Amino acid sequence: MVDTPVLKMTAIRKSFGDVPALTDAALTIRPGEVHALIGQNGAGKSTMIKILNGAYRKDAGEIELDGQPVRFSSPHEAQLGGISTIFQEVNLVHYRSVTENIVLGQEPKKFGMIDWPKAHRRAEEVLQRFGLNLDVRQPLHHCNIAVQQLIAIARAVSFDARLVIMDEPTSSLDSQEKQVLFRVIRDLSAQGVAVMYVSHHLEELFEVCDRVTVMRNGGMIATHEMSDVTKLGLVSEMIGRDANQIAESGATGFGKTHAGSKTVVLELQNLSNGTNVKDASLIVHQGEVVGLAGLLGAGRTETVAMIFGADHPAGGNMAFKEHRSFFREPAEAINAGIGYCTEDRKAEGIIPGLSIRENLTLAMNPRLAKRGVIPRMAEREMVADFIDKLSVKCAGMDQPIRELSGGNQQKVLLARWMATQPDLLILDEPTRGIDVGAKREIQTLIEGLSAAGLSVLMISSEFEELVEGANRVVVLQEGKTIATLTGGDLNEDSLLAAVAGEAEGAAL
Amino acid sequence: MTMTKATDMTGSSASGKMNFGQLARDNGTFLALIALILINMIITPNFLQVQTLYVNLTQVATIAIVAIGMTLVIASAGIDLSVGAVMALSGALAPFVFLSEFGMASPGLALVLSIAVALLAGLLCGMFNGWLINQFAIQPIVATLVLFIAARGLAQVLTNGNLQVFDNPAFEFIGSGRVLGIPFQALMAVAFALILSWVVRRTAYGRYLLAVGGNAKAARLSGISVNRVRLATYAICGVLAGFAGMVVSAINSASDANQTGQLMELDAIAAAVVGGSNLMGGKAPIIGALIGAAIIQLVKYTLLANGVHDAVALIAKAVIIILAVYFQFNRSE
Ligand SMILES: Nc1ncnc2c1ncn2[C@@H]1O[C@H](COP(=O)(O)OP(=O)(O)OP(=O)(O)O)[C@@H](O)[C@H]1O
Ligand SMILES: [Mg+2]
Repeated sequence: MVDTPVLKMTAIRKSFGDVPALTDAALTIRPGEVHALIGQNGAGKSTMIKILNGAYRKDAGEIELDGQPVRFSSPHEAQLGGISTIFQEVNLVHYRSVTENIVLGQEPKKFGMIDWPKAHRRAEEVLQRFGLNLDVRQPLHHCNIAVQQLIAIARAVSFDARLVIMDEPTSSLDSQEKQVLFRVIRDLSAQGVAVMYVSHHLEELFEVCDRVTVMRNGGMIATHEMSDVTKLGLVSEMIGRDANQIAESGATGFGKTHAGSKTVVLELQNLSNGTNVKDASLIVHQGEVVGLAGLLGAGRTETVAMIFGADHPAGGNMAFKEHRSFFREPAEAINAGIGYCTEDRKAEGIIPGLSIRENLTLAMNPRLAKRGVIPRMAEREMVADFIDKLSVKCAGMDQPIRELSGGNQQKVLLARWMATQPDLLILDEPTRGIDVGAKREIQTLIEGLSAAGLSVLMISSEFEELVEGANRVVVLQEGKTIATLTGGDLNEDSLLAAVAGEAEGAAL
Repeated sequence: MTMTKATDMTGSSASGKMNFGQLARDNGTFLALIALILINMIITPNFLQVQTLYVNLTQVATIAIVAIGMTLVIASAGIDLSVGAVMALSGALAPFVFLSEFGMASPGLALVLSIAVALLAGLLCGMFNGWLINQFAIQPIVATLVLFIAARGLAQVLTNGNLQVFDNPAFEFIGSGRVLGIPFQALMAVAFALILSWVVRRTAYGRYLLAVGGNAKAARLSGISVNRVRLATYAICGVLAGFAGMVVSAINSASDANQTGQLMELDAIAAAVVGGSNLMGGKAPIIGALIGAAIIQLVKYTLLANGVHDAVALIAKAVIIILAVYFQFNRSE
């Protein structure tokens, strides 16, 4: 007999107020298969997941798990019912220890009390599987976002689940961690656990997934065997345009049409912070896009946070235009003409309760406000302009930003910084969580700005983005600048060698 | 996974049409107020008399004024336990000025000065709270405990712990005057509410306040001086508490360092929360705080007028707070 599907969702409908998010969505997942779910930003992927695990209530439709109709009223209940979820936004408790975050809800008990030594051991074991050796007693917020993401994945996988849902699990991971994750996914699948995998990185799907379902505008377009489709075909189904049209353009929206001038905008020498940044140096010229590459923990985010005055350096020198020292506060850096779009959009980006409009203009209030009062019309015009330019999918500019899909939140945050018209824009993983179509648009936009004289310092874990987008790439390794690649030296192979090759040497 | 419940932060979102259930949920506080009034019309004798309305309006004003300040502080993800004590201090300071020798000599100037001194004391207390929190990164609940004790102590020292009776009709206007038949302090409460809700909606400060309360880290990275926003917010709260303290002294024609503002912090927090404030910050429903204050006052009055003991009234208040918080957490999807 053919296996009953582990999950069968049919005719799912969900609206938020007047805005339909899902219209007749359906999904079938077989036992032990790795099933990809793809679609543009706001297509309804996360909503589908949240309805499945009970975070949202559906308006209509059926959900069957192993042939039995189910209706979970919370993700916790779903977890007990065999569905384990890794949410798009890492959803852990920041001030609790790594152990607590992993065993939460399944703490080992002794005499009714939590058995801490056992809990720590369990947490260590769970992380071992991901090759993570870290102090499980430290509070979670001491770990960077990539490690947090791995912890969230490790936690979800540690439950005995029939189905593990991963909503953009690789958005903060670089290629090595991704391989670890893929290995874990294959293990799960071999044990008969099904995996639902959401990602905007279509290449990944070909590596680990068995089948793929494409969503568009809250509905299902098609389900295919991975072996029957091409990346181009998937893209064309996602955005609803002809494949030939798409094929004509390159892989990213970057074209590197200009080189940048000789005027130095930012110069950083021998930066250190006393911990993981030891000797970082780099130069950014006017109108140039400089990439910052490195492995997880190489100190990229820490470095740019110090440039922006968000953290304080222990040593080194910095000059930004005529300003010849480090900034003490982000406000100073912003005044001097720097913008910094952070990596962790939930913890360091959005103000969840404020509207799209208020979030978008947040960094430019000092300039926008007249005697402390924000001019309504001017603000609305500006926001409307950006929503249009970045095609933010929303019900209106007064909608709370937390209601937007992840990729659309990211667009608003990018707009927040573009709106301040900085001289130097620091972007930490700027296209994280953004769909293929929008990604190109944003890359084109960045390129356009830099052609107009804006300098960009861009951290990215995607080599493609760095190679096609950056004039120069500075490679950090364990907090030290070890190489700068330009021109002919700059390609994905050389980058991979610089980032990873040396790292292996260092690990010995 | 740990999912935090998405509570409704702005009250109205994108939704256009509303069904009755939603209406009840969004305006629950207002409906509760109407229900309270209806219940009182049935069970409380003489409830609909002008005199009753007047008593309630004079009493609700102080709660409302303090609750407005508390709403701002809560919006910044803080709390201010010192408001009652600051009321006692300001309430004692004003008479202290106009009862002094200088005050007797030039009463006109002394009146202005007494009000200025009382408000200034409130301002300084608020700034002290903000400074403590900023400088030593202490939890607001602990930091404001300092003045919770010290400000009342100071007021008691000023008055030697005695009731200070005075006869100053001009000053008493603050507590017993009427404009067009409406108690002066009730009008002031409404004025404060209107001004501050405009400030929250339209000024950069208002935006910063909600940003700091909603996500302090993101606010700082957007160039907002979190410390300055906090300082200003506690300062506003202090000034409002100072004003409320004068109102109480003016009502009684006496300052009582021991009694003025007793348990006011609880009333104010309750009013703010009932009015829709979220103790996690990021939301400043100021008009809600007015309604919340009215509810707290009416509950107190209902129990009192029907001969229920004070201690029971306290329990009733606790129940209201719990209900308000409960509904807040269910006001999503
Ligand atoms: N809580 C909410 N309130 C109102 N609208 C919402 C809410 N959550 C999602 N939406 C809307 O539903 C639609 C689908 O969002 P969803 O998060 O499912 O998209 P997604 O496919 O996961 O996109 P992304 O790739 O950007 O993560 C979007 O238009 C979004 O604005
Ligand atoms: Mg999503």
